[in-house]
Amino acid sequence: MKQTVSLAPFASPFAGHVEMSKFRKFLPPFLLLSPSIVLLLTFVHIPAIHTIYLSFFSTPKGRRPSKFKGLENYQDMIADPVFWKVLGNNVIYAITTIPASIIIALIMAQLVNSALPGRPFLRFSFFLPVVLPLIAVGNIWLFFYLPGFGLIDQIGSLFGLPNTNILGSSETVLWGIVGVSIWKESGFYMIFFLAALQGIPRDLKEAAYIEGASNWQIFRRITLPLITPTILFISVIATINAFIRIEHLFSMTQGGPNYNSALLLYYLYENAFVFWDTAYAIAQSVFLIVLLSIIGIGQIFLMDRRVHYQ
Amino acid sequence: MTGNLKNVNVIGAWLLGFLWLLPLLYAIWAAIHPIEYQVRFDIFAPLTFFNFKNAWAQAPFAQYMLNTLIYVTLTTSSQFVVCALAAFAFARFEFPLKNVLFGLVLIQLLIHPEVVLIENYKTIRFLGLMDTIPAISLPYIASAFGIFVLRQTFKTVPKALDDAALIDGANTLQILRHVYIPLSLPTFVAYGLVSISYHWNNYLWPLIVTNSDESRVLNVGLAVFSMEEAGVEWATISAATLMVTAPLITAFLIFQRQFIESFSTTGIK
Repeated sequence: MKQTVSLAPFASPFAGHVEMSKFRKFLPPFLLLSPSIVLLLTFVHIPAIHTIYLSFFSTPKGRRPSKFKGLENYQDMIADPVFWKVLGNNVIYAITTIPASIIIALIMAQLVNSALPGRPFLRFSFFLPVVLPLIAVGNIWLFFYLPGFGLIDQIGSLFGLPNTNILGSSETVLWGIVGVSIWKESGFYMIFFLAALQGIPRDLKEAAYIEGASNWQIFRRITLPLITPTILFISVIATINAFIRIEHLFSMTQGGPNYNSALLLYYLYENAFVFWDTAYAIAQSVFLIVLLSIIGIGQIFLMDRRVHYQ
Repeated sequence: MTGNLKNVNVIGAWLLGFLWLLPLLYAIWAAIHPIEYQVRFDIFAPLTFFNFKNAWAQAPFAQYMLNTLIYVTLTTSSQFVVCALAAFAFARFEFPLKNVLFGLVLIQLLIHPEVVLIENYKTIRFLGLMDTIPAISLPYIASAFGIFVLRQTFKTVPKALDDAALIDGANTLQILRHVYIPLSLPTFVAYGLVSISYHWNNYLWPLIVTNSDESRVLNVGLAVFSMEEAGVEWATISAATLMVTAPLITAFLIFQRQFIESFSTTGIK
């Protein structure tokens, strides 16, 4: 943005007393908006609409153009046992990581918000995973889980427990991924609780304390009701994250063994860019677009309230 | 709170803090010790730089670092310009279809880049930008979130300041540049920090649109390195992982408060 730029129509948008045509009056805001609108149309709106449109066509192969297939891609999706397995994984992943990380985040926020010694250390330690790339986090945890050598087995062997193979076994691999996600996300949610806790008037708690309320009663009757909007807000973000944050799968399991740790977006990526079955991947994209839009409408609603009342 | 209960809390809190650092401490241990000490925790184990040198020699991390810096700088600075212009229009102008357009912008909060990546991949290929750094940036530049938070901030700027600037003969862009932006710097800093860490951590889209070392970012480079070197010592991968994350960890150590405040005020990763 150079200072020397001087576009004639920009000269006096606020000068209401000057007679000007509607065109001249409305040109400046449209000029200001044009870069955003062009970019959003190119990378958001048109791709989204085109994705829905293309989901009714087959994948073009070589010289053969794509053909209209109606709902066939969706029928394939419904008939694909892997899709259901992966969707199931994603639901389990969401309903375990979200409550667990919200509860841990709330505990963290209470600790960081209290008068305990060493608070800067706690805040640093809890929030650090948030700034680390999920790919790197995956690498670190891979070592943590390593059969025989990882810290989990090292600690287990102190108590005479047998070696584990958390990421190698179909039954446990998803829990291994859940653990990483809880570690990564809790600190992020903590900061919202921290802001909410700091917004609770001190005299409310003091009054309750004088009345002889226990710590648990203060938490249950004062803190919890006042932070409920924050819990809702975090739940929405967390649900979206459970569907789009999948990078740790790349460095830890590649969805395996046998799709037991694959999540929806990972499966979509694999169909699109490994198997090059674009038509099928596009049908899955539509599924995700619809799913995330429903969740996201809730997010906008909550975000609006947050901004207004804080 | 009784003294005993408080002590239990302190110990519990520190344990949780330590537990949370453990994965990283373990990776640091592996990276700075010779391979035979990988799982032998001896305080007097000799220290070594070998793992870092080894990782550095096996992949062009300097190139990845440079690419990442260019990508992050390009993205965040373009977002500042594009989003500030749009936010200014929404905050201070009345024009037809204003609400419809604002709604169209907000739709981006629903359509995450991840769910349209197949179409965006085709667009980038069509534009002839495959395997370039601008290709990684482009889909993120018009950020609904940036527009939203900047609009909220711009709305709090007193209108009297506009009038004063107008009397001084300033045009629209000058008012934005000299009145609105200086008064909204904290929001720019907050949004900037969030955007930088988002893009430093971004993986899926950069993975798809880049395929050579000339344009790969750190995350993709690290993933490729770790997968190719699957048979190689953990110590080397740990060292590489630490090299990749070191700038972020350092920045976080220095700007801890700003980071946390930014994330909580803008509320998005």
